Amino acid sequence: MEVVALLKQLSEAEGIAGFEGPIRELVRQSWEPFVDEMHEGKLGSLIGLKRGTGPEPRPKLMFAAHMDEIGLMVTGIEKEFLRIARVGGADPRVLLGLEVMVHGRRKLPGVVATRPPHVLPREERKKAVPLDEIFVDVGLSEEKVRELVSVGDLISIRREMSELKNRRVSGKALDDRACVAAITLSLERLQRVQHAWDVFAVATAQEETGLKGAVTAAYGVAPDAAIALDVTFGEQSDVSKSDTLPLGKGPTIAIGPNFHPKLVERLKEVAKDREIPYHIDPIPGRSGTDAWAIQVTREGVPTALISVPLRYMHQPVETLAVEDVERAGRLLAAFVAESETSLLEDLAWKVDERK
Amino acid sequence: MILRELSDAFGVSGNEDDVRAIVLNAVRAHVDEIKIDAMGNVLAVKHGTGQDPLRVMLAAHMDEIGLMVVGHDDNGFLKVRSVGGIDPRLLPGTLFSVGPERLPGVIGVKPVHLLQSGEAKKVSKIEDLAVDIGAQNKDEAEKLAPLGTYATFATRFRELESTVSGKAFDDRAGCAVLVELLRGEPFTFDLHAAFTVQEEVGLRGARVAAFAIDPDCAFALEGTIADEIPKEKDASPTTRLGKGPAITVMDRSFIADRRLVRLLIDTAEDQDIPYQIKQPGLGGTDAGAIHLAREGVPSATVAVPSRYIHSPVALLSMDDFDNTVRLMRESLSRLTCDTLE
Repeated sequence: MEVVALLKQLSEAEGIAGFEGPIRELVRQSWEPFVDEMHEGKLGSLIGLKRGTGPEPRPKLMFAAHMDEIGLMVTGIEKEFLRIARVGGADPRVLLGLEVMVHGRRKLPGVVATRPPHVLPREERKKAVPLDEIFVDVGLSEEKVRELVSVGDLISIRREMSELKNRRVSGKALDDRACVAAITLSLERLQRVQHAWDVFAVATAQEETGLKGAVTAAYGVAPDAAIALDVTFGEQSDVSKSDTLPLGKGPTIAIGPNFHPKLVERLKEVAKDREIPYHIDPIPGRSGTDAWAIQVTREGVPTALISVPLRYMHQPVETLAVEDVERAGRLLAAFVAESETSLLEDLAWKVDERK
Repeated sequence: MILRELSDAFGVSGNEDDVRAIVLNAVRAHVDEIKIDAMGNVLAVKHGTGQDPLRVMLAAHMDEIGLMVVGHDDNGFLKVRSVGGIDPRLLPGTLFSVGPERLPGVIGVKPVHLLQSGEAKKVSKIEDLAVDIGAQNKDEAEKLAPLGTYATFATRFRELESTVSGKAFDDRAGCAVLVELLRGEPFTFDLHAAFTVQEEVGLRGARVAAFAIDPDCAFALEGTIADEIPKEKDASPTTRLGKGPAITVMDRSFIADRRLVRLLIDTAEDQDIPYQIKQPGLGGTDAGAIHLAREGVPSATVAVPSRYIHSPVALLSMDDFDNTVRLMRESLSRLTCDTLE
């Protein structure tokens, strides 16, 4: 599989939280050849099943990466300009000068308006423009705008993915489409591998607005163990090293209360075994990922988190090393390949266990 | 469309080569003389039909704002400074084309999740930002983008519903108007076209071009500010999209010649060409340098209104563009020695 081409397709697709239609279709197409069955969850997550070969009832392993992206929504029309609100954690500092698509009665290409520095008082040039002074412009008359656009219409960000040097790529929605790609890569690898567990690949919806898709999809799948995949802060010049991880040196395996210690140990062993470089990412509490929701599903699910380091999160220039995505995919596939049904036993806490 | 080609071209002040090549190709067959001067201005003459001894200069600048690489850090990031008036508020999240090979480069800032309170309201200074081209260390960064490498917005031209969007409409819109005028029929006088360099760093090209041409009068052709965003204190929208070419009476760089302004307005009214007067006192153009050449040159500025100039993506109406070409063509047809009496 051409990973860069896959990432490009995924990153450029539209799919704002709650409105994942286009990205879901794309994921469905790319998973179709690799899974035995697929269905759509009630909140819009996509759930694929690749059956294992172990004796029934087989244990269920769930992979989850969110396919939704942050975006904007029309909150008002003023003259011919659109007032906006954020869907998910879009960053107002990066909106000025963006190209966007307004999803009105038909798709209307537009731009995020900026006042040129020539007309700005000196003090204002130093102030970030607050969201309530940011407008989207589709270049039509007020009459036409009122005919074609309504309050509540979505606005998605348009940005082609760019290939930087050293197999690094930069795009608008690599959070978390990069991990959807990693799951896709693992499914492809699993075509050539016998595995005991049933694997549920889930592209979750509405992560950016509060992990909603993961809550409901995990309930539906009722997994025996789960691995969530997301992006984490990559090293960049204006952030302290202790908050970030380097690009291109492998994905991370998270440790902390959100993660089952034995599952984490198992992932580390597999990574060492297959010589896949990784970092430990200590997360002292809320991980802010689908893992947070999955862990407390039904009676509780042993959960782990694999992350891909990514620079400039929630900006249209999210940047990562392709190699890290490939490694995350390899790690997932290797984990499945090496998991006997007895792993279920190993993960269980023992009443009589003593240390 | 010549505007598409010009808008997509790379031409930060001091590095206008790509734009120059497009201009030369576009006008060569339609002019009688053409040369490039020491600064890099393209100077072309379209001979008149001979009745009028006037020397008329039309100027549009080829350069655009951008960035220049001034350093490399140990992690392979490029340190940059602004060339011309780039607005630091819109650098974060922006995609650039870096150097002659147009390497994609991005500027990102600290993720919103990691901001301390108050940080979200501050605009990062350009000194604190860096362009990421994917280089992994200083050596690699130096090799890929040596000191002095130019970068420009990577936006591509698009046709929207009734407008077009793209970068550098200031002043590729003016360049495109000038190309269209040169492609048309000759006037009674010799038309001296100057596609100038280095307007954005201080009207440098126009100054020497005007000296060389030594015109009797001059017009600067521009893409100008249309600041129509709703705001609390709305002194004026400067110009409005769709309301026709903008005629300058006075800006920060000059006071337009009243006789030329009269000619433009009379022509527009006689010919039913929509026009607007640009809000006085804002901006500046090549006319600021041209009107001071030698013993002085009566000058005027006519511009295509454009929203969001100096940002990665500006917006203009093709109706305004076509009307600017029309207004200039009709006005020049009426221009004689008597206009300036």
